[in-house]
Amino acid sequence: MAKRIDVGGLTAYYGSHKAIEDISMTVEPRSVTAFIGPSGCGKSTFLRTLNRMHEVTPGGRVEGKVLLDDEDLYGAGVDPVTVRRTVGMVFQRPNPFPTMSIFDNVAAGLRLNGSYRKSRLAEIVEKSLRGANLWNEVKDRLNKPGSGLSGGQQQRLCIARAIAVEPDVLLMDEPCSALDPISTLAIEDLIGELKERFTIVIVTHNMQQAARVSDRTAFFNLAAVGKPGRLIEIDETERIFSNPSVQATEDYISGRFG
Amino acid sequence: MASTTSPLDSPPAPPAPPGRPRSTGRVGDKIFIGLSRGSGILLLVIMASIAVFLSYRAVLAISKDEGNFLTTLDWNPAGDPPVFGIAVLLFGTVVSSVIAMVIAVPVAVGIALFISHYAPRKLAAPLGYVIDLLAAVPSIVYGIWGALVLVPYLEGLNLWLDQFFGWTYVFEKTEVGIARSLFTVGILLAIMILPIVTSVSREVFLQVPKTNEEAALALGATRWEVVRLSVLPFGRSGIISASMLGLGRALGETMAVATVLSPSFLISLHVLNPGGGTFAQNIAAKFGEADEFGRDALIASGLVLFVLTLLVNGAARLIIARRKEYSGATA
Repeated sequence: MAKRIDVGGLTAYYGSHKAIEDISMTVEPRSVTAFIGPSGCGKSTFLRTLNRMHEVTPGGRVEGKVLLDDEDLYGAGVDPVTVRRTVGMVFQRPNPFPTMSIFDNVAAGLRLNGSYRKSRLAEIVEKSLRGANLWNEVKDRLNKPGSGLSGGQQQRLCIARAIAVEPDVLLMDEPCSALDPISTLAIEDLIGELKERFTIVIVTHNMQQAARVSDRTAFFNLAAVGKPGRLIEIDETERIFSNPSVQATEDYISGRFG
Repeated sequence: MASTTSPLDSPPAPPAPPGRPRSTGRVGDKIFIGLSRGSGILLLVIMASIAVFLSYRAVLAISKDEGNFLTTLDWNPAGDPPVFGIAVLLFGTVVSSVIAMVIAVPVAVGIALFISHYAPRKLAAPLGYVIDLLAAVPSIVYGIWGALVLVPYLEGLNLWLDQFFGWTYVFEKTEVGIARSLFTVGILLAIMILPIVTSVSREVFLQVPKTNEEAALALGATRWEVVRLSVLPFGRSGIISASMLGLGRALGETMAVATVLSPSFLISLHVLNPGGGTFAQNIAAKFGEADEFGRDALIASGLVLFVLTLLVNGAARLIIARRKEYSGATA
């Protein structure tokens, strides 16, 4: 269930380009942590190192440690596939499997993990869809393709798919940036409910969103274009938005750059 | 999927900048519309005139045919009375093409997947070139290679198939004789259609949206599971189109078949036995010596091949259309 993330001295590369440098932080279980910062500061890259999706990109590699309740995700003999089964991810654009029905989309992760009896599968799918606040909208058309839903519904479908496998951590990479304000609100409400069960990390460009949904906020920045991104500070969200300890954070939040 | 983008994403088009004569674009537009519409009409005219020509000559021949054009197991338009039928040709064409498809499509999809998703980049590009190179070999060269190399080498395989799978009837070899059979033709056709099926499938696999693959990866899918969950479903209609292109080539292949097959006017499901015939092979073999009426008869058989190809393509479109809702084109 929800686990603590402990990152120590993490540096990530794309080929020879250093994208982020020496990042350390702790993310508490059953909390929402938001990553903010200007474009190119490496917050998405850092997020993708937390479930080893970074190394899927050609040339992507990582140095440092990511501990999930004392277990190093980058330890020798750790299979990235297993890591991704315990650290779920929701992407910027809703990406349900277009050829699958709504039901099969939610069941996809479960079917990868093992075999379930039909009734048990239906139970988990319903629970996950309820958990994603989508059940009432789709319960009559579970066999219709997921790509027929609206953008906001598709994103909640992706969240249902991610939580169906009961991950320890849920990563969200700008989950609302392709959505309209009403769908955004629905997702934000959902995040508030999900944090009771999961450790949530969310990347967002929308500072109001960070202020609304997160308990803690991390500010990333880069010294110049082409330089690696760094963690500037991480603190209680309230403090970051009212009285940050670093000047750059305040400049960014008050809109003086970025 | 209009609903994935909020109204804010598409601001109204800005008004045309003042002072710029609006008609400059129009001449080009008119020329372009004329050209593209003309090309479209030209295509229809060509198709229609081929159909009319084939039908007209075919009717001339079929009306004088004393046998049943569809079921007669003979081709003797020069006889008195003229007796000819396409049963053997239809059978041979379909059987050899089916064998080719059964062999070529899985192999081609496998190669395409290897190139697009498994091979390291350094290997993938050259491999793609080699596959495309297969398509550049003239079909008569395939025919000669088939007759001189494939036929003798397949005799061993034929014996083996006969010995262990003879009970299936299909692989029972009842006639002695070298392997100038529909089965050999099928294998040769499989090699010949491999490049087109592979390269079209590869293009489709490379177009699988990154987000679809990441969706599977993020759920903890292995590489094969990514292929199964994202790549193959997305590529399904592409694989069908690719196969149909290959099938079109297999149905119409002439020289290679004519060089390898030892033709006979018999229908036999024993595909290892020498003999049989295909539309294109029969036309190629007989056109030179045929008189005016004999040519009409051959054209009549060509019309059947034309219709067969149309049917196959129509069926493929139906299959693709039925899956449209799930095709991923909307995602």
